[in-house]
Amino acid sequence: MDFWFSEAQTPNVKLSIKVDKQLFSGKSEFQRIDVFEAPEFGRFLTLDGYMMLTEKDEFIYHEMITHVPMAVHPKVRDVLVIGAGDGGVIRELTRYPEIEHIDMVEIDPLVVEVCKKYLPQTSCRLNDPRLTIHYEDGVRFIRSCKDQYDLIIVDSTDPFGPGEGLFTREFYGSCYNALREDGIMVNQHESPFYAEDAVACQRAHKRIVESFPISRVYQAHIPTYPSGHWLFGFASKKYHPLRDLDETRWNMRGLTCRYYTTTLHKGAFYLPAYVEELLRDVEQEC
Amino acid sequence: MERLDQQRAPIYEALERFGKMRVVPFDVPGHKRGRGNPELVELLGQQCVSMDVNSMKPLDNLCHPISVIRDAEILAAQAFGAAHAFLMVGGTTSAVQSMILSVAKRGEKIILPRNVHRSVMGAMVLCGAVPVYVNPECDHRLGIPLGMSVSAVEKAIRENPDAKAVLVNNPTYYGICSDLRSIVKLAHDNGMLCLADEAHGTHFYFGENLPVSAMAAGADMAAVSMHKSGGSLTQSSLLLTGPAMPEGHVRQIINLTQTTSGSYLLLSSLDISRRNLALRGKQEFKRVSELAEYARKEINAIGGYYAFSKELCNGDSIFDFDTTKLSVNTLDVGLAGIEVYDLLRDEYDIQIEFGDLGNILAYLSIGDRPREVERLVSALAEVRRRFGGSKAGLMQQEYIDPIVAASPQEAFYAEKESLPIEDTAGRICSEFVMCYPPGIPILAPGERITKEILDYIQYAKAKGCSMTGPEDADILRLNVLK
Repeated sequence: MDFWFSEAQTPNVKLSIKVDKQLFSGKSEFQRIDVFEAPEFGRFLTLDGYMMLTEKDEFIYHEMITHVPMAVHPKVRDVLVIGAGDGGVIRELTRYPEIEHIDMVEIDPLVVEVCKKYLPQTSCRLNDPRLTIHYEDGVRFIRSCKDQYDLIIVDSTDPFGPGEGLFTREFYGSCYNALREDGIMVNQHESPFYAEDAVACQRAHKRIVESFPISRVYQAHIPTYPSGHWLFGFASKKYHPLRDLDETRWNMRGLTCRYYTTTLHKGAFYLPAYVEELLRDVEQEC
Repeated sequence: MERLDQQRAPIYEALERFGKMRVVPFDVPGHKRGRGNPELVELLGQQCVSMDVNSMKPLDNLCHPISVIRDAEILAAQAFGAAHAFLMVGGTTSAVQSMILSVAKRGEKIILPRNVHRSVMGAMVLCGAVPVYVNPECDHRLGIPLGMSVSAVEKAIRENPDAKAVLVNNPTYYGICSDLRSIVKLAHDNGMLCLADEAHGTHFYFGENLPVSAMAAGADMAAVSMHKSGGSLTQSSLLLTGPAMPEGHVRQIINLTQTTSGSYLLLSSLDISRRNLALRGKQEFKRVSELAEYARKEINAIGGYYAFSKELCNGDSIFDFDTTKLSVNTLDVGLAGIEVYDLLRDEYDIQIEFGDLGNILAYLSIGDRPREVERLVSALAEVRRRFGGSKAGLMQQEYIDPIVAASPQEAFYAEKESLPIEDTAGRICSEFVMCYPPGIPILAPGERITKEILDYIQYAKAKGCSMTGPEDADILRLNVLK
């Protein structure tokens, strides 16, 4: 018997993963949620059939979306995380003792419940006393926040579905407003490779550039995401992602990572020529 | 034929049956189920072009319905509580025109508020009826025209006992309703008919805790935009009649101007939408009202904006308010409604229904979800943060009492000359000038142009309102009577 999970990464490209068994399948108010177990990737979570994370490669995404801003901002106390129901970002953030409070805003309680049960690898720190989970629309939550976070991490799904609002000008504007004067926002920034993703990537970049004085993009290699080439956005009111990187300070912490290093941090901001061009095209419109 | 009930959709069912017959088309439309126009099929899909067919025996004929269209009309009449319902494919404009043309001839009077849609005036140009305007009261804080007070209608009836009908907006674009029941009674007591423009009121027939519908209030005719809150395709509409209106006469009037090639895409969309509303309208519109209520609460919490609702009701000129409408006054944010409208589109990719000088209207319907409402509210908060300012210098929209110097038809067809707009004060206008949307004329043919009106046009243009109507598209010149 062959049991395969397939995701159409584009209408013409499929990624298939051989599955041992399906651990969960359910439908919330917002989306269909599935958890599978696979010989190659361990357990993995999909939403509406789109790959969210696998146990094998989630460290890349979660380390890169968390440690890059943490190595730049000198003192992060209050963090807002949008999405991230799997808990991976929270796991990385709770490694920093100086963080005093984390608000996590996830629209779908069922995602959190399912991840707590089936994906302990990422959800293991969701009971941290510094964490408050809010089950509501991130667009709504942040609207009334002003000047109260040092770091906002937008760990969204793709901009075609419940996550669409997290790729909008109004949302990025609200993020700007919710950050302190030296705050940083980091977001999941889609892939530059396939045409439809590239357009989403450009649109997001354009809106962030319009909303923040500093806006840079960095990359990572995530095997189970479409094309494997993934981008993150680094938007900031004051700190530059490279000039304000304090390598010694971060390395003195003694945190061990499997993907992130401060050397990789620097390299991650050097982008392929076609990606630079794609981003430059929209920057010129701003 | 099986029993007719609201579970049925006779036109849709006939189209399904017809599709299975695989009839060879040697009739119009010439694209022949799309084969002759592959690019159109690519755009619209095979299913859609296959249903774009002509009137024929199995599918009935809109001009003279005797089978499935007739059944669909009977079901629509039942669903809306009307004596008869006509399916319309030329928009609610055509429903409104047929309504006016059915009740008034050349020289006959119709009592109506000035804030009617252009289609009402257009019908008067066509048939030569003469408008008698009732001043809709104006809310000075919001700068919007309200409904007609019963006493003002009474006065107009007293002064014009020969008028044929009273026309009421139910509701206005902003969601405001007059006391329709009392106005119907007043009209009937004086031997007049009562007509309702319900372009924005389809949901009144199905929702709970909404203003009274025209048919329930006893009105004689109502033009109902099924394609607005009802969910059918753009350009499809309904004309409802009460027991006093002879069906055959109204059908004749409709056939004067309506196409003889009624689109089955539009007709089937009316049929399916009527079924949906009859079966699920109540809970659907409850959801829309709750969503609008939530949006009002959130928008009012931003500060500056005023999303208004039933608290405006005064028992007369604001007899009731349609709580599904999300109308927001923007003046205290320091922006004209039209500016907020433009910013939402240009900066936030959000298209709302319209913006006028002091207000915006976001149209909520059965297709809306909370997440889009969250975006709208956040975008409004951002517009205020980024662009808000002082209220100084913003013009209030005031009701300008029209001076009717000639009937719309006389003025439209009279000898005229074109003048630079600034030189037209004191002259009689022979064309329409309006902001679109909402499409309520600032000037209609036959009205005297005043300096006040010219100032208003100038300001609206400067604020970016899209002005339409005159022959000169840039509205630098106006046609006036010689």
